[in-house]
Amino acid sequence: MAEAVTVGVAAPSPSIRGRRAAMAEPAVRFLGVHRHFGEVRAVDGVDLEIAPGEFFSMLGPSGSGKTTCLRLIAGFEEPDAGEIHLLGRPMRGVPPYERRVNTVFQDYALFPHMNVLDNVGFGLRVKGVPRAERIRKAEAALALVKLAGLEDRRPAQLSGGQRQRVALARALVNEPEVLLLDEPLGALDLKLRQEMQSELKGLQRELGITFVYVTHDQEEALGMSDRVAVFNRGRIEQIGTPPEIYEHPRTAFVAGFVGISNIVDAEAAVRFTGERRPFSLRPERILLDPPAGAVDIETRGRITDIQYHGASTRLRLVLSDGLELVVERPNTEGTDGALAPGREIRLGWRRDAMRPLRETGR
Amino acid sequence: MSTATSAFPLATPGAGRLRRLSTFLWRHSRLFTLLLLLPPLLWLGIVYLGSLLALLAHSFFRLDSFTGQIVYEFTLATWYELLSQPANLDIIRRTAGMAAAVTLACGLIGFPIAYYAARFSTPRGKALFYLGVMLPLWSSYLVRVYAWKLILAKEGVISWAAERTGTSWLLDALLSLPVVGGPSLSISYIGMFLVFTYIWLPYMILPTQAALERVPPSLLEAAADCGARPRQTFRYVVLPLAFPGIVAGSIFTFSLTLGDYIIPYIIGTSKLFLGQAVYIHQGTAGNVPLAAAFSVVPIVIMAVYLAVARRLGAFDAL
Repeated sequence: MAEAVTVGVAAPSPSIRGRRAAMAEPAVRFLGVHRHFGEVRAVDGVDLEIAPGEFFSMLGPSGSGKTTCLRLIAGFEEPDAGEIHLLGRPMRGVPPYERRVNTVFQDYALFPHMNVLDNVGFGLRVKGVPRAERIRKAEAALALVKLAGLEDRRPAQLSGGQRQRVALARALVNEPEVLLLDEPLGALDLKLRQEMQSELKGLQRELGITFVYVTHDQEEALGMSDRVAVFNRGRIEQIGTPPEIYEHPRTAFVAGFVGISNIVDAEAAVRFTGERRPFSLRPERILLDPPAGAVDIETRGRITDIQYHGASTRLRLVLSDGLELVVERPNTEGTDGALAPGREIRLGWRRDAMRPLRETGR
Repeated sequence: MSTATSAFPLATPGAGRLRRLSTFLWRHSRLFTLLLLLPPLLWLGIVYLGSLLALLAHSFFRLDSFTGQIVYEFTLATWYELLSQPANLDIIRRTAGMAAAVTLACGLIGFPIAYYAARFSTPRGKALFYLGVMLPLWSSYLVRVYAWKLILAKEGVISWAAERTGTSWLLDALLSLPVVGGPSLSISYIGMFLVFTYIWLPYMILPTQAALERVPPSLLEAAADCGARPRQTFRYVVLPLAFPGIVAGSIFTFSLTLGDYIIPYIIGTSKLFLGQAVYIHQGTAGNVPLAAAFSVVPIVIMAVYLAVARRLGAFDAL
């Protein structure tokens, strides 16, 4: 399926693919990487390997070190300690312009004094590619991102979505081994963002380029990635496939940051698991008024708050011992008036919905 | 209702003529803008443009050389006098050449300073930069020019330093150059060039720095990311984006040099510059028409200069 390359121009040549397969080196490798800015440990001991052709997301709140990691790969920053390898080659001392990676910047960073075609062709121009070939490749890259016909426009004359596509074309035209994307969809509105998500994913599959995607949007990361690394305070809390991250969060941070989670601390956990160990419980795994046999653990609670979200309703409940739980209830049968703040209700969940967390709770 | 209004006493309607006036102006914002612009428009329109037109008109009159009176009749005689006499053309050529040299030097010296201030300096360093660039402007122009005369004089610090370091031969060689040399630095084109460059340098640095300041650092990273070496990033990204600022600075340095008559008077040789020619003709000689024609010359030169700059795309990025 990955061989179904329809537009061959910006795709890596077969020789690169062959070499990749033969070397079987990770596209990106971090070995104990540190990067500190004064007192701030932006990246505080990161180890990771990204496979060639992988769609890899770095997910985390702002200031968690994910963007710094991206800049380390691009070469805008040098690690204070540790090593970064790209396709097996150590990158220490290699400037950005000698690395076969390209970046789609958060603010797009298009050259305001050049038209779209010159922006996209810039990388080829500085490498001395003859004009005719440059124009041909730039036009092909623009076609790839569905922007053909806008070659003569200036960036200022484009919409946010179009600028984003130009930035993408400008990166892809250089046939990078790794494409770095720094929250590329952050400035777009929801509808456009969802459209671009599936388009980016399609492009990545088509071209077979390694994508490293930085985002703070967990939905984006879960929906597009082969694997996700969750960052917190300069460290990686967990690396895994989206289902692994969502369904088996290892720490309270991951459980809380990726989706919504009820994090039950060690004290309260004893009652449910018999073990003094915190666990996470996803709101959608809690059933209200469960039929007999559908759940392993049953209890009662009082509704304190109800939020209607269209596809689902989110309720806040408080149990008799004071434990608060958030419950997500799909609106499969429409809303029923029976749910109202103050009402007592039965609730329950299955044993495997409780995911034990490392160390103490929050 | 009444309790609601008393809670906001400022919102009570009809309190005072001033408030009614401000409400009126708020509703008629165009009128307000016009009122604000009227004084400067009158100033520019009548005092400035009016006198400029009067000047232009004078250049089409002539001086009766016998009576010394101005003949108020339309004639091209004054313009013919200006453009036909080699001495006058020399003045124009000399001044334009000096202005071009000074502009070039200011650009070459000013750009690295502006670039450093915009790119690398800390907020504290930037404050020092502004202070350093602006400080000379706080003291009198005349004081600074006379200070330079002392520095450049035969008994001045430069000659003294050259003597002490055994490089007098270099200074002498420099002064023995044809045209630009002279008996001492303070009586030569070289000296004049040095003083002009020093005096107008801030006017080049500030707009250049402002233009560079507006280039987002991510553009430089994007260029490097695309494979541009630092030299290429400079050539294709930094320079084109700084160009409008450099042109703005060069307009200052060029036109200020064209119009100045004090520096050529204090530092220069006996050869006249445009400003001096205007000064002499309208003053001692009383030939206002010729002075007017002379003073139109820098305006024409600047118009041509701006047209060329525009053709080069200097204002595209504005």
